[in-house]
Amino acid sequence: MNEKRNKSLFSGPLVAQALKASVVKLSPAAMVKNPVMFVVEISAFVVLLMTLFPGYFNAEDSLGFNLTVFLILLFTVLFANFAEALAEGRGKAQADTLKRTKGESMANKIVGSGIRTVPSNELRKGDIVVVSQGEMIPGDGEVIEGLASVDESAITGESAPVIKEAGGDFSSVTGGTRVISDRIKVKIASDPGETFIDRMIALVEGAERQKTPNEIALNTLLISLTIIFLIVVVTLRPIATYVGVDLEIPVLITLLVCLIPTTIGGLLSAIGIAGMDRVTQFNVLAMSGKAVEAAGDINTMILDKTGTITYGNRMASDIVPIGGASLDETAVWAAISSIQDETPEGRSVIEWMKHNSKAYDATLGDGGSFVEFKAETRMSGIDLKDGRQVRKGAVDSVRKWVIAQGGAIPQDLEGQADRIASEGGTPLAVAVGNRVFGVIYLKDTVKPGMRERFGQLREMGIKTIMCTGDNPLTAATIAREAGVDDFIAESKPEDKIAVIRREQAEGKLVAMTGDGTNDAPALAQADVGLAMNSGTMAAKEAANMVDLDSDPSKIIEVVAIGKQLLMTRGALTTFSIANDIAKYFAIIPAMFMLAIPEMEALNIMNLGSPLSAVLSALVFNAIIIPLLIPLAMKGVAYRPMHASRLLSRNLLVFGLGGVIAPFIGIKIIDLIVHVWI
Amino acid sequence: MDILQIVIVIGVLVLIAKPLGNVLYHVFSNEPNRTDHVFGWLERPIYALIGLKQRGGMSWKRYALSFVVTNLMLVAIGYILLRMQSGLPLNPNDIGSMEPTLAFNTIISFMTNTNLQHYSGETGLTYFAQMAVITMMMFTSAASGFSVAAAFVRGVTSKGKTIGNFFEDFVKAHTRVFLPLATIVALVLVALQVPQTLDPTLSLTTLQGATQQIAIGPVASLESIKHLGTNGGGFFGVNSAHPFENPNPLTNVIQILSMWALPASLPFMYGRFANNRKQGWVIFATMMALFLVFLTVAYTAEKSGNPLLNDVGIDASQGSMEGKEVRFGIAQSALFTTVTTAATTGSVNNMHDTLTPLGGLVPLAEMMLNVVFGGKGVGLINMLMYAILAVFICGLMVGRTPEFLGRKIEPHEMKLIAIAILAHPFIILVPTAAAFVTELGMGSLSNSGFHGITQALYEYASSAANNGSGFEGLADNTPFWNITTGLVMFVGRYISIIAMLAVAGSLTRKQWVPETIGTFRTDNALFVFLLIGTVILIGALTFLPVIVLGPIAEHLTIR
Repeated sequence: MNEKRNKSLFSGPLVAQALKASVVKLSPAAMVKNPVMFVVEISAFVVLLMTLFPGYFNAEDSLGFNLTVFLILLFTVLFANFAEALAEGRGKAQADTLKRTKGESMANKIVGSGIRTVPSNELRKGDIVVVSQGEMIPGDGEVIEGLASVDESAITGESAPVIKEAGGDFSSVTGGTRVISDRIKVKIASDPGETFIDRMIALVEGAERQKTPNEIALNTLLISLTIIFLIVVVTLRPIATYVGVDLEIPVLITLLVCLIPTTIGGLLSAIGIAGMDRVTQFNVLAMSGKAVEAAGDINTMILDKTGTITYGNRMASDIVPIGGASLDETAVWAAISSIQDETPEGRSVIEWMKHNSKAYDATLGDGGSFVEFKAETRMSGIDLKDGRQVRKGAVDSVRKWVIAQGGAIPQDLEGQADRIASEGGTPLAVAVGNRVFGVIYLKDTVKPGMRERFGQLREMGIKTIMCTGDNPLTAATIAREAGVDDFIAESKPEDKIAVIRREQAEGKLVAMTGDGTNDAPALAQADVGLAMNSGTMAAKEAANMVDLDSDPSKIIEVVAIGKQLLMTRGALTTFSIANDIAKYFAIIPAMFMLAIPEMEALNIMNLGSPLSAVLSALVFNAIIIPLLIPLAMKGVAYRPMHASRLLSRNLLVFGLGGVIAPFIGIKIIDLIVHVWI
Repeated sequence: MDILQIVIVIGVLVLIAKPLGNVLYHVFSNEPNRTDHVFGWLERPIYALIGLKQRGGMSWKRYALSFVVTNLMLVAIGYILLRMQSGLPLNPNDIGSMEPTLAFNTIISFMTNTNLQHYSGETGLTYFAQMAVITMMMFTSAASGFSVAAAFVRGVTSKGKTIGNFFEDFVKAHTRVFLPLATIVALVLVALQVPQTLDPTLSLTTLQGATQQIAIGPVASLESIKHLGTNGGGFFGVNSAHPFENPNPLTNVIQILSMWALPASLPFMYGRFANNRKQGWVIFATMMALFLVFLTVAYTAEKSGNPLLNDVGIDASQGSMEGKEVRFGIAQSALFTTVTTAATTGSVNNMHDTLTPLGGLVPLAEMMLNVVFGGKGVGLINMLMYAILAVFICGLMVGRTPEFLGRKIEPHEMKLIAIAILAHPFIILVPTAAAFVTELGMGSLSNSGFHGITQALYEYASSAANNGSGFEGLADNTPFWNITTGLVMFVGRYISIIAMLAVAGSLTRKQWVPETIGTFRTDNALFVFLLIGTVILIGALTFLPVIVLGPIAEHLTIR
């Protein structure tokens, strides 16, 4: 996981900004979007009026009490605003960095046959610009000519430059990134304000944040609970009057504010923003909160074999001597052919030697000239000082080369090569001069830890399907090794979309990763499509998430983050609603005790006085919000496990905890408050 | 002995509820089965008569419309008959026609399965009205509720666009459930000395030489459907406390079981529809658990007697017998009270006004919840609504968006459920508060103090839950009470039913989400606890402040 963007939860400037924002957010126009807290704000306003103009309300006697109630209510709203502002602030800080990156740059636009320098925000879709070494790429686009290394650290945080070239899957470039070497011609693909970086800014800023369906549904529930308690409180006064209990408005307001779900109402949007933010911190850009939520609901995950489950580059896993050669001498020549070979295959041979503790004389290669791999020869190797030529490469090519040198081909070469191929490996023949020594068995290896992760996914109830272009035999081997549930061998891009449609028809939600243009339709079809930032623009457009680190296996963590977001929301809702029991036991006896002394029997918490009981409940109701901010921001701890165990655990902590915690909290606050009252 | 009586009744109920649930499943599943032969000959002519050859499924809108329009027609007919009853046949006692607001109240009351009675049967209704309006409505309102429950269950358990055919359900509920059962129960009651006659009121000369009027009539036939249909409107003013309605402990047990068995069997019908009988058990267990708590409170409160009377030295060993029938005693009275308000029947075999404060809290609370078995069909619908709420709140805690029986619970469903959960407290608390700010309302209260609050609260809770039992002591036959309770009954019945049918219609069209080990389970013991918790936190706590001002304050001040 990429930690470099992680900031501490309560860093100084963030808090200061959030404090300011929480006051600005008191504006009723902003508050009305959160009806639960809006009710609290109106309540605070009413109590304020009673404090300011006690004469109109006959409230001269309870001025101190009313003032206290007003202040607590005000802080309840401020706390909720602070939670939201803090969550937003983290995104804003990130957006500011991005905006600075974007800045205002000039672009060299090709006009007719000449080049004209124009501001980058005047570029339109279809314009062609030239970007040279050291210059900023002025907008998103496609390389149509040339090759260059590009520093994309502004958006990915990854400092190593990447190669971009015309044609193929590495032709897309992003505005705001910098060309480090060479010069490319770029065809601009988006209008100003719609570029990737613009969208990214909007996303992390939360400006485009739309409520997800689940949030809307939950809000509906919270609003109806608020209305129910409004009815309860408003009707209570006339009914109580019948038995001679005169309920004062501030006390009724206290009851109302304590009963309506202020805890979850105050934290709901912070939870959503923080969930999105966790995804962003993880260097994945989610295009909407809906996508993050959908990630939590995933039933099926489609993964490419290469790059996701396996390293993708083939590694030496065995060396097979042929034609009577010994294993040791075969190994030595395989190593020598790879001394100067910097390809992953070459390095893996040296690794293999170390791993199997085979010794060879590396000085043999000194002064030799390296023969690079070429598409025509399909071989690489080294020409030693003593004139001997060492080669390794595709079995066919090496055979032709040896025959051309007048050498004989051992009988078993064909057989061994076929065996390796049929097992899903790649055979590389090793030859010195006119003699073939043996075959290097290259194999695609499963990344470490994948098996455990697939095990965890199974625990969560997620089915994994591996897609690979390999033959069924190879695919089955890797599938077994990695522990995926199912695989599709010899798959074509259109197979993926067929699988997604099939699974979706069964009502399942499907996640997949992809980077190529031919993945785009499947990425769009999937419920969660994670495109690699290194991929083409088409793939990034189609997907609803983009991984800036281009690590496809991160989709597994994205699912966990989605689940964590939903769990946090559920846990705090349960907690908030369960709190009501204790609040009732604090306020109800206190409200009626003056007129009906027998109500003392219900004062099971043995709170000091009616006044301190009411205030303690209200204080608890207020301070629980900031106390829960860290939980809302970080999310409830999530470990993959069986749904029923997960539920029992969370119910115990947040359900039962939600019933008990306020009893303790209110009692403690009362012990303190009662000293003054 | 007391406990044994109670245990036996509950035991019999548990034994019959499950097989009865299976029968109901066969009635409403619309799949061919053996009973088609038995009932087909009766139903085919009815279908032919009403032009229902093609009994295709209906969308929820069509279903709800059919339900409402059918009910409206019956209301119109009933209202006219009540207003003209004096001129119609079978009026040997020369009873006059009903006053408009009372007729309005009565007809809404019976159509909504409430059976709140602001009239007294002996003097207010002719035999013809008892049979053609009251008994007829007892059948049709129960069948309406049953049909709606069947449609709702189909909606939440099946896939498609339709939730069944209202008219087919309505006919079958009559022919296959209520008519056969009512016939049997009526005959048994007749055998146990309940009158069934069209003769006029008896005029007798007592031993002292005075003349006494003894009201009789077609009682047994009304009595059977009164309980089977969880209607509760008595033939006589004092309802099942009257010796002709409920002559002995055996008829008492038969009445308890006949009002309880069908609501208790509905969860099992639901389990069959859901293709997972455990789902049915979960709902049943939740209802039963809540029921047992209420029964325990009612029984112990009544058994320990009235503290004020105990203090002046009156023998407390019998418990609080004020307003109870000696032939039933505490156990049979407490059980009857708990069942009649759980199943929202509303018949009474003792006067709820004279229950001890905590004993009176039980029927009040059960009506406020309206999920402990609940009225004909509505109880199951309400409990499933709470199940959806429980899933919605707690389901998130397994890290998935909430799903109930494989369907996602989304904003549309939550909006509809919000209407239903808002309506209930609204129509209980707002009119109660209104009654306390107007002389029109307060004038009818016969008690000052906390008991007066309970009286008014009870009247509206009973109307809202379509229960219909009266706390009595309330002079409720005034235009204010007739009209407000009429409106409350109407809203209490139709708003929530229509909202929940809409939920069913929406769920049935949804794509199913396959069940995995990551799915939130609704068929285990944990969910029973969750469901109870949700009912208490969302359903019950709403009413806590007024309950504290009513029965609880009364209890605390007299102990």
